[in-house]
Amino acid sequence: MTEVAPVIDVRDLTKTFGTNIAVNRLSIQVQPGEIYGFLGPNGSGKTTFIRMLCGLLRPDSGSGSCLGYDLFRESEQIKVQTGYLAQRFSLYEDLSVRENLQFMARIYGLPKIRVLVDETMERLGLTRFAGQLAGNLSGGWKQRLALAACLLHKPRLLLLDEPTAGVDPKARRDFWDEIYLLAAEGVTSLISTHYMDEAERCHRLAYLAYGNLLAAGTATEVVAASGLHTWTVTGENVHLLSATLKKTTGVEQVAPFGNILHVSGHDPEALGAALDNLDRGKYRYEQSEVSLEDVFISLMQNNRRDH
Amino acid sequence: MTGFFSFHRFLAIIVKEFVQMRRDRVTFAMMIGIPIVQMVVFGYAINSDPKHLPTAILAADQSVFSRTIISAMENSGYFKIVRTVATEDEASFLIEEGEIQFVLTIPESFSRRLVRGEQPSLLLTADATDPSATSNALTAFRAVAEAALVRDFQGPLAHLKRGPPPLSVILHPSYNPEAITQYNIVPGLMGVVLTMTLVIITGLAITRERERGTMENLLSTPVKPFEVMLGKIIPYILVGYVQMGVIMLAGRFLFKVPMIGNLWLLLAVSFLFIAANLGVGLTFSTLARNQLQAVQMAFFFFLPSILLSGFMFPFRGMPGWAQMVGETLPLTHFLRIVRGILLKGNGLAQILPNLWPIGVFLVIALTIGLTRYRRTLD
Ligand SMILES: Nc1ncnc2c1ncn2[C@@H]1O[C@H](COP(=O)(O)OP(=O)(O)O)[C@@H](O)[C@H]1O
Ligand SMILES: [Mg+2]
Repeated sequence: MTEVAPVIDVRDLTKTFGTNIAVNRLSIQVQPGEIYGFLGPNGSGKTTFIRMLCGLLRPDSGSGSCLGYDLFRESEQIKVQTGYLAQRFSLYEDLSVRENLQFMARIYGLPKIRVLVDETMERLGLTRFAGQLAGNLSGGWKQRLALAACLLHKPRLLLLDEPTAGVDPKARRDFWDEIYLLAAEGVTSLISTHYMDEAERCHRLAYLAYGNLLAAGTATEVVAASGLHTWTVTGENVHLLSATLKKTTGVEQVAPFGNILHVSGHDPEALGAALDNLDRGKYRYEQSEVSLEDVFISLMQNNRRDH
Repeated sequence: MTGFFSFHRFLAIIVKEFVQMRRDRVTFAMMIGIPIVQMVVFGYAINSDPKHLPTAILAADQSVFSRTIISAMENSGYFKIVRTVATEDEASFLIEEGEIQFVLTIPESFSRRLVRGEQPSLLLTADATDPSATSNALTAFRAVAEAALVRDFQGPLAHLKRGPPPLSVILHPSYNPEAITQYNIVPGLMGVVLTMTLVIITGLAITRERERGTMENLLSTPVKPFEVMLGKIIPYILVGYVQMGVIMLAGRFLFKVPMIGNLWLLLAVSFLFIAANLGVGLTFSTLARNQLQAVQMAFFFFLPSILLSGFMFPFRGMPGWAQMVGETLPLTHFLRIVRGILLKGNGLAQILPNLWPIGVFLVIALTIGLTRYRRTLD
């Protein structure tokens, strides 16, 4: 494949609110057609970063381009080709589904508004809600409407800020199907999320904490780069072990996944030794693949605000 | 596509505002309800005792008696002689323009007939558009003039002190001869209601977008501040006209206010006043952090407007500093225009001095609003 210009290419992007560094010298690249995941605990700067990309906030420093346009000087051009779905529902609750879409279509100066709105509603299954006020839709349908609104003008880049928060699993799955379809059409997406299954669906992802980029790459790359090792422990009342294990040297984190404990650490020998002390009659343990979630928990623990 | 102004984006905002307006029952009720409630509340006048009202003298008789009467008028505190005029036309023009409140006409033969004991007449013409401003002065005048003359009747004229009153005073309150306060209040209400509702409604317009989070979506689109502002103003200009209609109809049929002027002229010049108020509201909504603050700001604008514009108290009865503040408010000028057109039948030439200050105000308000409108969420 020949070298293609990245859709998002930012370097050292920084934004502070007062003394609070919301985004700290962030540099990432997103390739065309990619679904790029953005993860990190609340307040880690995901929303702030996305807002800077679509011209809603002015970065304090750094440089970058979006769709080939300069982030600082050409935000008007970026806006025309970008669809932004805000974290908070930001269409008009007192307008109907159709009126909201018509409004957005007019704002973008699109031709044949009636046909376009009908087609878009059809595509996203919104037709039967056409006359309903947006405020009366359920969470999942609101998000579909919001997605429809930012697809009208056929953007090349989608910036989706926690589009599936508070949405039921079926609706989440449908939402992702749509994103995949769009990716197949060449639309690039940047999606922030808290869901691990969604993180794993992304082509590549970045993990942020307190404004710092802690890891980036494909899921496999992120896991490999973490240098983490994980054992799973199962058995009767295994959760009772968790407190003791946490105090054992070599164990850095213990995370329950249902009836299984994930015990992780960076030093495989020390970790193995720690687990050898367990009562083998009661518990079974084995080394397993490190999951993304283990990595993120570890990243988060090692990057508390106070350092 | 992203030019400075685009009609489709502007239209998108207008259509949206109209739909939202239709859905918002409270605002809708406010638009129609406020004019009606205010009409009822302000049906009663607020009286006071203004002094130093500008007066012009049209003296065909330059005798010592004339001078006595004129200086007595000034000493009474009610009148302030600001002009001497030569003709009746000039006098009535000054009254029409609102530059003076009274004209005292002293007829040619006044002193001759006075000396002969023929009880000559003095004519005091008043601009009684606002009766509360003139009634006290009119009442005082007769007594003041008589008392002053009596002091002049010395020596050979001493016999005039006895006998019947030496002169008769003809009072001529023009424009509102029966001194019906509603005639003054109802046209004034038009300005007050427009100020109150329009500043509040538009004050909420942008704040609401920010508070509900819809601003985030709006800012992420190519729409320009000017398009948003103008798109939000236009629908409410129509609201303003609906309110004017309600008040004019009520004024005409409930209070029987005479409307002798050109209503089309009134509608045309009201455009400027309505837009000025909307400009203030929009400016507030770019300053306010939430809807409550926007309403508070609107209130702080409304209070001086209603108190210092000459609506609540006769303008000339207010202290100098208050008059100065009042002169900067669009309502002050609009009140003069409305009263001028409706009650005096003023034409464009006469209202012009009060029209341009509103225009200046509008430009300033819109400029502040546009520069304050944040293109980002910072
Ligand atoms: N408009 C703002 N004013 C002040 N601080 C803000 C603003 N927006 C975000 N922040 C702060 O910036 C940090 C990052 O927030 P945000 O980008 O919303 O994180 P995330 O989306 O990852 O939860 C937080 O500490 C938040 O309090
Ligand atoms: Mg966020």
